[in-house]
Amino acid sequence: MIELHDITIRSGPFALTNVGLSIPENTYAVLMGGTGQGKTTILEAICGLRSVTSGRVLLNGSDMTRWKPGDRGVGYVPQDLALFPMMTVRGHLEFALRVRHCSAAMIKDRVAELAHVLGIESLLARRVTNLSGGESQRVALGRALSFRPRVLLLDEPLNALDEATRDRLCELLRSVQKQTGLTTLHVTHSRVEARNLAEKLFVLESGQLREQPLAQLNPLSAENTKT
Amino acid sequence: MSDSPPTSHTSPPALARPHRAGSDVPFFVVMGGLGGSFVLLIVAMLAADLAFTSPKHFVAALSKPEIQRAIRLTLVSCSISALLSIWVATPLGYLLSRFSFRGRWLIDTLIDIPVVLPPLVIGLSLLILFHLPLGGTNLEQIMQKYFGVRVTYAEPAVVLAQFSVACAFAVQTMRVTFDQIDTRAEQVALTLGCRRSRVFLEIALPQAWRGIVAALTIAWARSLGEFGPILVFAGATRMRTEVLSTTVFLELSVGQLEAAVAVSLLMVLAAMAVLGVVRLVGTKVIR
Repeated sequence: MIELHDITIRSGPFALTNVGLSIPENTYAVLMGGTGQGKTTILEAICGLRSVTSGRVLLNGSDMTRWKPGDRGVGYVPQDLALFPMMTVRGHLEFALRVRHCSAAMIKDRVAELAHVLGIESLLARRVTNLSGGESQRVALGRALSFRPRVLLLDEPLNALDEATRDRLCELLRSVQKQTGLTTLHVTHSRVEARNLAEKLFVLESGQLREQPLAQLNPLSAENTKT
Repeated sequence: MSDSPPTSHTSPPALARPHRAGSDVPFFVVMGGLGGSFVLLIVAMLAADLAFTSPKHFVAALSKPEIQRAIRLTLVSCSISALLSIWVATPLGYLLSRFSFRGRWLIDTLIDIPVVLPPLVIGLSLLILFHLPLGGTNLEQIMQKYFGVRVTYAEPAVVLAQFSVACAFAVQTMRVTFDQIDTRAEQVALTLGCRRSRVFLEIALPQAWRGIVAALTIAWARSLGEFGPILVFAGATRMRTEVLSTTVFLELSVGQLEAAVAVSLLMVLAAMAVLGVVRLVGTKVIR
């Protein structure tokens, strides 16, 4: 469960004030909004990379407003993926488990399981610098899921992918969420993505975050179906 | 139907003629001439050195026990000061690049002082630092009493004088290196449960290896060229604190021009080898 209570975030001239949001457990929520509205800022506030001026961040009922990013147990896939350029794919999947001092056998099993679910078994030994867009997305997703996080945050994860890859990854995201039951917040511009995935829809507009009915995503109710 | 001015589709005579952009030769002549004059100056200096000396002078200079000792001390002291520089510059460059804190501008300014200060002043400042009275003693006496190390006018002074300048350049290089590394990967590593130390060691440092090699070679080359601070703080005692830069000075002062030029060319070769290493590992971080 992800809850934001009256969050205010200031960063230079940019400010988001009194933002509230509640995503029930085991729900796939989609956050939409124009460029520069502060969608990424909200994700960063949830995972602790940006401190909030006031308000509270609750994950699964615990107040984590002042917790360090590493203590929150948030799986985060940033927009630019930010893969570790000097590591192999296997290194990415192992990283959070090594940090948690998991046993070698446990790490091996978890990496095999993730690689199978994400379809990246053949890439494990490769460095990440030469992966395709879709492959990189899978690695970033695997790295975020590896340590069984409390919640999953995805920042425009399907941007800049061709349509076929995007459809496959949409399917993958849906099935991963069903299997893990993870509360997920997915930021996107794309109505198509939102329609395919959202169980709950939030829209950030002019500094106001509001929940909208899913029917709003219906092609007939929308002015267009821009992607 | 409209009283707007009539638009003509016939071009004025100047535009009717086909346009030619003209020659680029004057551009290259002027730019190349101005820039090339500096390149020419360096080539001319090296050529003059080469013309002045001969393999016989080289052999004669290199067979002198004082110069052999100076070569050994130069290699050892430059390597130690370069390693010390990188050991200090990597954490300092990382902290300055990643964190903004009160007084950072002051640290930035302080670090640049050895870069802009006349080298002689650094030597003088080191000399004063080690001999300033401290409650009936001084730093030099403390070093001798507790560590059994004589600093001033001895080999440690050579290393310290080289380090004082070389480290400033190494910090600049390491800071630019870390500035050029995207911080997002480090932020994601924090969300994965890492402490900052692990983020530094496992994510930032492996990406900075080219910068580390560049900073190491720059620190080594700066140490090689250091003369003023060494002369003041370590002295120019033959068979003791003589490094190659002091050799050139000493040979010159006793009228041994051939030996001075031979040693100078040896230093040119060493500097070129170092610059070659920097070019090989990529110059992106130091430009």
